[in-house]
Parts: sequence; structure tokens; C-alpha cells
Amino acid sequence: MTEQVSVFIDNKPGRLNAVTAILLDQAIDIRAMTIANHRGYGVAKLLVSDPRLAHQALTEQGFAAALQPVLAVVIADRPGGLHDLLEGLAERQINVLNAYGFVITPGQSAVWCLEVADLAETARLVEARGWRVLKESELYRLSSPLAP
Amino acid sequence: MAQVRIIKGKDMTVPVWNPAIEFIEREALERLQLAHLRKTIAWALKTPFYQRRLAEAGLTCPEDIASLRDVRNLPYTTKDDLREAYPDGLLAVDREQVVRLHTSSGTTGTPTVIYHTQHDLDRWTELVARCIAATGATRRDVFQNMTNYGLFTGGLGLHYGAERVGMLVIPASSGNTGRQIQLMRNFQTSVVHATPSYLLHLHSALAGEGVEPGQLGLRKAFIGAEPHSEETRRKIESLFGIDAYNSYGLSEMNGPGVAFECVYKTGLHLWEDAYILEIIHTETLQPVAEGETGEIVMTTLQRQATPLLRYRTRDLSHWVSGHCPCGRGHRRLARIKGRSDDMLIINGVNVFPSQIEDRLMKTPEVGVNYLIQLEKRGSLDRLVVKTEIDARLFTGDPDALDDLRERISELLRSAILVKPVVELHEPGSLPVSEGKAQRVVDLRPAF
Repeated sequence: MTEQVSVFIDNKPGRLNAVTAILLDQAIDIRAMTIANHRGYGVAKLLVSDPRLAHQALTEQGFAAALQPVLAVVIADRPGGLHDLLEGLAERQINVLNAYGFVITPGQSAVWCLEVADLAETARLVEARGWRVLKESELYRLSSPLAP
Repeated sequence: MAQVRIIKGKDMTVPVWNPAIEFIEREALERLQLAHLRKTIAWALKTPFYQRRLAEAGLTCPEDIASLRDVRNLPYTTKDDLREAYPDGLLAVDREQVVRLHTSSGTTGTPTVIYHTQHDLDRWTELVARCIAATGATRRDVFQNMTNYGLFTGGLGLHYGAERVGMLVIPASSGNTGRQIQLMRNFQTSVVHATPSYLLHLHSALAGEGVEPGQLGLRKAFIGAEPHSEETRRKIESLFGIDAYNSYGLSEMNGPGVAFECVYKTGLHLWEDAYILEIIHTETLQPVAEGETGEIVMTTLQRQATPLLRYRTRDLSHWVSGHCPCGRGHRRLARIKGRSDDMLIINGVNVFPSQIEDRLMKTPEVGVNYLIQLEKRGSLDRLVVKTEIDARLFTGDPDALDDLRERISELLRSAILVKPVVELHEPGSLPVSEGKAQRVVDLRPAF
């Protein structure tokens, strides 16, 4: 299962770049990230090239960070690409808690990362419907175009 | 039932509740004080706490007190003493004689308690009735009591005093501003009791509902429970078009009814037949010079169940010199200037930083550093408690953090009776400090 790094950040100038500075120092590549504001603090979720190293580096520098499993599904980068996947999830009454996505090859493929209550069950279901769930190794070393 | 009497002088009229005692000559008052002090020593000697303390001070019987000056030979009593004596080390009567108690939360969870016999409650009510009458309020007034009822003494104290005067009492208690306004309109409330900050808040709420204060029948406000300036009083008076009277009291000395302003508003008359009040230097513990500011130290003179000798209130004030035009012989205290300890007064509620610390330290998900910040939001105080999350317990789930924040807020509310805004911060981001003082940032404008 792929993992994202969650980091607790005070919502004030200079804190987010303290995180990116640590990642830069470790030559860690950020694939995608999202940050949500919660009354004075933010929780940043980062999909990076080496989540364990990122987690370790952030923790050593005093940040509250956690590794969380996430489902990364390859979808087509075209109108309706995400909708097709969501229709399948809706049919099975699967609730998406948090999600974010990024394009791999414009016009061809994109990755949608989602948090759901039962990750393993959702992965099984998505794969059974012909979607591709990225393995850890694939996600962290994205280089060539991926077919959805 | 006694009534408010109007004493007509040369060119003034003074409303008064108990002329015999309020206009007593100084000499007679001091004779009365000495007699009451001896009785108080006798009551105190019935408590294990004072038996020991008075013996240490070389006092074994009331007759050891030869003059009023001898009060200075009595031992001090502190809030810590009350905590140590909790629950009944300071109880001077049989429990069956006790009809009520009031507790207040201590700094680290140990509360303090004051017991009252029926006699004590009657004396307390008499003092409050005097205060109310001194402002010119009478049985024709409708009195809406906007302070908290229950263990807090402000609600019940004023309530019974107002009933004794014969006012129509609306026991509204604190908060719920919409209902307060409705009650005021429906019953033409003429006198209210509230904290100054609540009255300012009420004024904004009235404006919000499009109600002109002048449309209400309000004439007077009793304001207390939090230190405030002369400017704040004038602001309240001009906003509402009323007279506002400063009230001083503390739960250890019953509650409200200790000292109050009369119609002349030249300081707070302290009921000297009920209390001996000294003002001391906070470090040398010696009496300050006339008119100098120091800590108020009080001895109860009429309380049977929980007599207190030389209680260190930690409130700072000074005597007002000269005579009040009203003619009362009871000396006047200046408005309270502040505290000689770290107690915070938040919307009229007394809070010690250590109470907050105590609860935070019992919450495993937060680190050791914290910051207490006091702000003004509109006219009300706002308590912000900043804590650091513990990195090891962070799961990445923002919902869990929201739950944690809510849980801490509720934990603190139940301990200090003020609901704080809890902020979560990064580990290591708050100032590390050893002293309590640096953990408190008071951003409220100085009063």
C-alpha cells in the first residue's frame, strides 16, 4: 500500500517552507500535496518519492508527522475520467474522506489519491472493476507514461 | 419588613437601610468592632485550625484581645490555609447548624469552602440590603440579577438582599442575552446586577436588536466581580443613561455586600460592623501609610460558621480619605486596582493559571508548553489556551485533532467555569518558560 506523509503545521508564514526545506535537504521529490486549514493549524498531506525518509527527517526536526496509507488509482486524463471511478465507488456506497490528484501525462493519465475507511476492500473493488491501483514502488518512481 | 428610609439633611436626601448602624459614631462603631472581634475569636477557637494558629500567636481566649489594635497580633489566613483546612478544618459550629455552603475552586483542584448558619445568612442579607438601599433602589424597583446562581456567591448574595429590600427579583442568572433583553422589556426591569463587561456586551446586543436603551425602564446597575475603571463606569452610565454602582465582595467574605458605593459614588463604603479591614504592604506585611495602596486583609466580625482572621484577599486598593457627603461613618475603599497574585479575572470568574496547567498536564496528547492569552472580543473577555500537540501521538487525522481541541476545551470549562478557545500548535513552537507569569499574555486593554 502506498503511504502519504501527514504533517501538522502552524498556520502562519514560514512554517510550510520549513517542511519543504527539510524535504529539499533529503532530495525528496513531492508528487502531490494538499493542505487544509483547521482554525489556526493546517494538516499537510504529501505524496513524496520516499515517504519513510520524509517522515523520519520531519520527525527528527521536531515536526508532528505521520505515515498514512492511501489508495492511488490511475485514471484517464480526460473529461469524465474521475467521474467513471466515482460512479463505481458510489454504487458500492464507498465514502471518500480525503482526496487529491495529479496529472502524469497530460491528455493520457492522472493519479487520484484517496482516503477511505476500508482501504484494502476498496482497492480490491476498484481493481476488480479494471482500475489500476499503484503499488508503492510504481508511485514513488514515476517516470514513464502510465496507461490507465 | 424594614424599608428604605430617606434621611433628609440640609440640602440632600440620603436613602438608607439601617440608619442606626450606618450613621453610627466612630467611637461606638469601634466599641462594637472590639466586642464582635472577641466573639469572633471565641468562634475561631472552636476550629482545629485556629486553635493551633492562635496558640502559636500566644492567644488562648477572647480576653487576650485588649483593643482593636490587637488585631495586628492575630495570624494571617491565606487561601492556601483554606485549602488545607478543606473540607471542615475551619468549621466553627456543629454541622447541623449549617444551612448553606459555598465552595470556590482552588488553584490546583482543591476547593475552598465557606459555611453559613442561618444567622450568618441573615447578616449577609442585611449587608446586601444596605448596599442596595444606599444606591437609592427601593421595593418599587424590578431587579434583574444577571450573575450566575449556584456556588458562585454573586447570584444568591444579591438575590436575597434584593428580596429583603422588597424588590421584584428576576433571577435571570448569567448569559442568554436574548432572554435577558426579553425579560427587561416584558417586566420593565429598573435595576440590574452584572459584570461591567457583560453590560457593555448587553448594550451591543440591544443595538443589534434595534432596541434603544432609553426605551427600557432601566435606572441603575450594580457592577462588580471584575476590576474596572472609572471610565468604564462612565461609559456604562452614558450608554444606558443610568447610574452604575461599584460593588466589592469575595466569596471568603460571604460574597457581594462587603463594600458598595452610595449615591455619591465617592468610593465603596465598607461595612465596618461586619469586617475589620487592614491594608498591608505585600512584602513587609506591615500596614501601609494612610492613602497608600496595598493588599486588603479582612477579618470577619459576624460570621459564626466560618470565622476568618486577617484573610489575605490579594486584592489591591487604598482607603479614600475624608468624609462622604452621605454622612455614613463606614470608611470607603477605592476601586480595586488589581491583584497581588497571578489570579485572572475572566468575565467576572476567578481563574488561576495553575488550574489550567493542572488540566493540560493531565491530557497526554499535549506537550508541556502552553500559553494563556486573554483578549477582548467586543466587550467580553476571551480566554485562548495555546497548547502544543505531542508529536508521538499525531495520527495525521484532523478530525482527531478537532476532537482533542473540543475535549480540552470541555475539560477546562468544567474546571474553571470559563469555556476557552483551545489552539493546537506545533511541538516546540510555544515559548519554554519556568515561571507562570510568562505563560500568561493579557492583551486586554488596561483598565
